[in-house]
Amino acid sequence: MAAIGLRKKRPKGLFRTSSLRALGLTASVAALCLVALASVAYGSKQIPFGTVVDSFVSFDPQLSDHVIVRSLRVPRNVVGLMVGAALGLAGAVMQGVARNPLADPGLLGVSAGASLFVVLGIFVFGIGTLLGYVWFAFAGALIASVVVFALGSLGREGATPVKLALAGAAVSAFLTSVTTAVLLIDVATLDQYRFWSVGSLAGRTPQVAAQVAPFLLVGSLMALASGRLLNALSLGDDVARSLGQKVGLARVYSAAAVVLLTGAATAAAGPIGFVGLTVPHIARVITGPDYRWVLPYSAVLAPILLLGSDVIGRVIARPGEVQVGIVTALVGSPFFVALVRRRKLAEI
Amino acid sequence: MRFRRPVLNTGPSTLVGPAGRVSTERRARDAGTARQISAGVILAALLALFFAVALSVGDFPIPVADVVPAIFGFGNPDSHFIVQTLRLPRALSAVFVGGAFGLSGAIFQGLARNPLASPDIMGITSGAAATAVFLIVILEAGGLVVSLGAFAGALATAAVIYAVAYRKGISSYRLVLVGIGIAAVLSSVTSYLLTRAEIWDTQRATVWLTGSLNGRGWEHVRPVGLAMLVLLPWVMALARPLRAMQLGDDAARGLGVAVESQRRYLILAAVGLAAVATASAGPVAFVAFVAPAIARRLTRSSLTLLPSALAGALLLLVSDLAARKSFAPVELPAGIVTGSMGAPYLLWLLARGNRLGRAG
Repeated sequence: MAAIGLRKKRPKGLFRTSSLRALGLTASVAALCLVALASVAYGSKQIPFGTVVDSFVSFDPQLSDHVIVRSLRVPRNVVGLMVGAALGLAGAVMQGVARNPLADPGLLGVSAGASLFVVLGIFVFGIGTLLGYVWFAFAGALIASVVVFALGSLGREGATPVKLALAGAAVSAFLTSVTTAVLLIDVATLDQYRFWSVGSLAGRTPQVAAQVAPFLLVGSLMALASGRLLNALSLGDDVARSLGQKVGLARVYSAAAVVLLTGAATAAAGPIGFVGLTVPHIARVITGPDYRWVLPYSAVLAPILLLGSDVIGRVIARPGEVQVGIVTALVGSPFFVALVRRRKLAEI
Repeated sequence: MRFRRPVLNTGPSTLVGPAGRVSTERRARDAGTARQISAGVILAALLALFFAVALSVGDFPIPVADVVPAIFGFGNPDSHFIVQTLRLPRALSAVFVGGAFGLSGAIFQGLARNPLASPDIMGITSGAAATAVFLIVILEAGGLVVSLGAFAGALATAAVIYAVAYRKGISSYRLVLVGIGIAAVLSSVTSYLLTRAEIWDTQRATVWLTGSLNGRGWEHVRPVGLAMLVLLPWVMALARPLRAMQLGDDAARGLGVAVESQRRYLILAAVGLAAVATASAGPVAFVAFVAPAIARRLTRSSLTLLPSALAGALLLLVSDLAARKSFAPVELPAGIVTGSMGAPYLLWLLARGNRLGRAG
């Protein structure tokens, strides 16, 4: 394609051939399995590994350790896997759609909308359970992102990346200021909200997982299928159009995937910003800018980061725990910064 | 005595190149400059108007006509006292802090060539916030200590980001990404402190994090005023290289700009502005991002330094006025209002630009 030849030469990433990339992806999946195992085996209560295995092989509801593993750690693990994969995918898609390395999945107003609705749920309706937050968060995310997309796509040329980004940032700021106003009026709401707002996997029940699972499934499939489309979009609108891509439709499709994924993830675990913003950059360092590889890598690397951080957060503060939203940034950032520093960057 | 060559009267016909195109380009450039100037004048006039209103409105209303005499100590001694000790420092704080945030945001957006860049996303205000929350929550500090801590935190964070991002020179892209990484660490520290603290300390910290101008006196005005006095001319002197850098580093080098050193000076100025503004009013949300965005649309030019500063000052002044008056006698922190005032205005500008077909 001449259009690509004309562009500035792009850095290719660590793994340059398809077979190497496939190998790397397999290794990442293996690493993810190990982390998932660790997340079931380790927690704020120390349980011998034999007992953990027993709780699956010969479950005894009388033993508290078995109950902890089966009804606390396994659902938590599942929610962590789903949320992590969703955030990684959503981040990669968002950066592709917005053509902006600073775009995080919250840019469409999803996190701000979810936060505002949760705050209103606590303040107006006195909601106090995680299960209750889920629907408020999801509704807020949905409404906010529809408003952002509508405002960003006014006018002849439709939703250009810059307009989407500015509209998203502006709507988020507006919603955040309303949220802050409510929080400053009512201390009790602030007291509940501050624990939700850091992002945590603690106490997530199978019901929470079941509620968000359908949205995450659909969103993930949509996102994984969008690699070719994002590759075309990342060449710029004109080139994408000349390659036969329906640019406006492609944006609506990708934005819908982002909203499903981020909305459901935020509903399940609270707003976790760091994962979606940085994991795609890590994936890009490994694979280069091809979205057909960036997407699956992001989907696998993000839950490694999230679940790994969750294990660390539970182990370092026994008998309590540090919320995963806090640990993710502490664990992931040095790694991210080191990558950014070492490699010649694959720019978007 | 040297012989001077007589100047030949060449006349218009010997101009190099097609005369028509030259004049069209010049006309376009002149129109751009005129637009910059008129936008600047309108913003400045609005700023002056709202400044007078901010001095006149309050529990003890002073007619706008009496405001100017009251500043200089003529007329009613009560008015003089209220304007001098209460309203003038607060209004000046709003102008200087808003201007500093607006200017800092414009520089960062220009350097990163990205309309989403701002001292918030680059981690500088996160550094200030983490330090300040630590001081409020753990050491129970207040007032001046928090301000100094925030200032030191912002500068230290900027130094760390610069040092980490430095690798045979600075690339703006790497600077932004490193900034994001470090901002994430610092804001997770902030959240951790907020979840561990007593709820009342959390509330105090939340007010600070929102950004407020309540009870600002002369001691808050002086540092930020001084910083603006020094850094505004500094930045204006660097406007030309920054404009050249909009074309990319290589093109700027080709135009004879010493990119590395100029960029260092620009970063230094932008960090200084953000740090001193955060120290005196807290990390007022959104001003640094939205002021340049508004200024760009008003002037229809991609890089606008002075209009950004004016837009920031106006936004914070009006927001503080609204925060004072809308729920009187309760005074909200100004940072709540900046989001809810600036955002709709930016969205309106976006929508209007779209209808006229020139946003993008």
